[in-house]
Amino acid sequence: MAKTNIAAGGITRENRIKTSMGDRITNVVLYVIMTILMLVAVYPLYYCLVASFSDAKSILANTKPLVAPIAPFTFHGYQMAVRHQGILIGARNTVSYVLTGTLIGLFVTMLGAFCVSRKYFFIRGAAMKLILVTMFFSGGIIPLFFVVRWLGVYNTWWAFILPWMMSSYNLIIMRTFFMGIPDSLEEAALLDGANEVQILFHVVMPLSTAVIAVIAMYYGVGYWNAWYQSYMFQRDKTLWPLQMFLREVLIVQNETSQATDITTMSAEAFDRELVKYCIIIISTVPILVIYPFLQRYFVKGVMIGAIKG
Amino acid sequence: MSQVKTNGPAIRKGYKEKNYFLRLFDNIKAHPWLYIMFFPVFAYYVLFHYWPMYGIIIAFKDFKPMMGIFGSQWVGLDKFKEFIYGPYLWRLVRNTLGINLGMLIFGFPLPILFALVLNECRSIKFRKVVQTVTYMPHFVSSVVVCALMIIFTRSTGIITNILAYFGMPKTNLLSIPRYFKTLYICMNIWQELGWDSIIFFAALTSIDASLYEAATVDGAGRWQQMWHVTLPGIAPTIIILLILRIGNLMSLGWDRIHLLYSEMVYETADVISTYVYRMGMTRMQYSYATAVGLLNSAINIILLLSTNALSRKVTESSLW
Repeated sequence: MAKTNIAAGGITRENRIKTSMGDRITNVVLYVIMTILMLVAVYPLYYCLVASFSDAKSILANTKPLVAPIAPFTFHGYQMAVRHQGILIGARNTVSYVLTGTLIGLFVTMLGAFCVSRKYFFIRGAAMKLILVTMFFSGGIIPLFFVVRWLGVYNTWWAFILPWMMSSYNLIIMRTFFMGIPDSLEEAALLDGANEVQILFHVVMPLSTAVIAVIAMYYGVGYWNAWYQSYMFQRDKTLWPLQMFLREVLIVQNETSQATDITTMSAEAFDRELVKYCIIIISTVPILVIYPFLQRYFVKGVMIGAIKG
Repeated sequence: MSQVKTNGPAIRKGYKEKNYFLRLFDNIKAHPWLYIMFFPVFAYYVLFHYWPMYGIIIAFKDFKPMMGIFGSQWVGLDKFKEFIYGPYLWRLVRNTLGINLGMLIFGFPLPILFALVLNECRSIKFRKVVQTVTYMPHFVSSVVVCALMIIFTRSTGIITNILAYFGMPKTNLLSIPRYFKTLYICMNIWQELGWDSIIFFAALTSIDASLYEAATVDGAGRWQQMWHVTLPGIAPTIIILLILRIGNLMSLGWDRIHLLYSEMVYETADVISTYVYRMGMTRMQYSYATAVGLLNSAINIILLLSTNALSRKVTESSLW
């Protein structure tokens, strides 16, 4: 990566001295563009962070871009947010959905990817077609709704996981990776009398930790951020993931309080405002804090997917 | 034992003459575990993908849940006609195409430009920081992104306030039909600009460095190099992704629009998928909604196949 970077633009270390005036201006412009893009990417969440510590009334009255919290500085919003019944239930459910969903998704994806990557799997071609067709054509939400109902999954804990248990896209990423593992390793294990299950778990899996990490994160982030799966199939609020409660607090309540004038708003209305910013921060920060450490895996996933897709 | 495992049937005499099912049976006997392992995957696809596909026949029936698929009356193409001659066809097609075209015209070139900018950045450290920061919005959930949009564009919101300087009305912008598409497109670009650039940036860094050296020797400046080396180098990637985009011009997810829109802006915000959701899940017109969805899927497939065929003819790049 470093090699090509030096080469980019034809500037190598030796002739950097020759950088012309025009080149320098271009560089400055590029840095300015990148800085602006960074600010645009961060600012909305930074705004929420700042607002979550501020006085709700001043935030609503404020018409200029926020840079720092408006006094009086307060944790009041967070105190209310962590006591919010829905947020508590949602957070608990989301954690269990993320853990179970990721484990199941990873396991089944691995099984499928392993099978369709084996040359001696007789129905390999048909199995691939079975999987690929679903990427281009689906029955749509209404038939799926009835299938979920007929299976008795509707409005259960499993309704959030089973219909989206695995993704064809992830399976193909994993299959591409598995196919790159040399056959000789597998043949050696076969000669030792290992069966396919043992080959998957003792030969293929230890060599595939990178792709397993990528897929696990895809499923994990997917479950953390998912909402409409629950919106469609879960009526019972005790089953809702965090995102559904966020929707209720951030979007549904917003519709009803849209027309309210600041001067006539009650104290509870200001509290609700403050809580909004707080729960945006609470629900988003965990992923944003973890993500930079895992960034290279995510990026790798995009690359592996791109080769095939 | 080991002979059977390493695909025994291939060595056997008369293998070619055996029919499909005998060969399948041999393979199952040789690798039973493979079939056991594939079973959950098979079951998942059959239950949650192929069963719903079978369920599409309710589009041709007047489906009543109490009577089941079999008990319901066949109505042929009535539901399709109802939609095609109905008042909403043009509005939905216009909005779906409008939003997707906007995403194509603005959302497609921007990540390419951004990747080019990143590639021109001389400080690797700074570039890495820019990348990490601009990828971040991708990980924010749909609900939060839409909530941010709603909060920032209501009458007291920061975007409304900034635009008010330029003479825009100080009201809830999402309730004004004229602005909905623009706001929706901007929101998506904000979230995906950095992330979408990953693939172009990867293509950029894999361009052979000697090409740049040769260009420098020939006296090509920065811009000439970008035009004659960099862009041709990533052209195949651009074409493949463009085919995908054009092939998907008529498909658009319902979830984000569903979070953002309201009855006031249906005129410009209602797309096919949101209409299907509303008709099916809220109004419980199951057959009608399925018919509309099926029509949409059929158009999507035709569009994708024809763009792909066209591209194979013209540019020799295609998806398959």
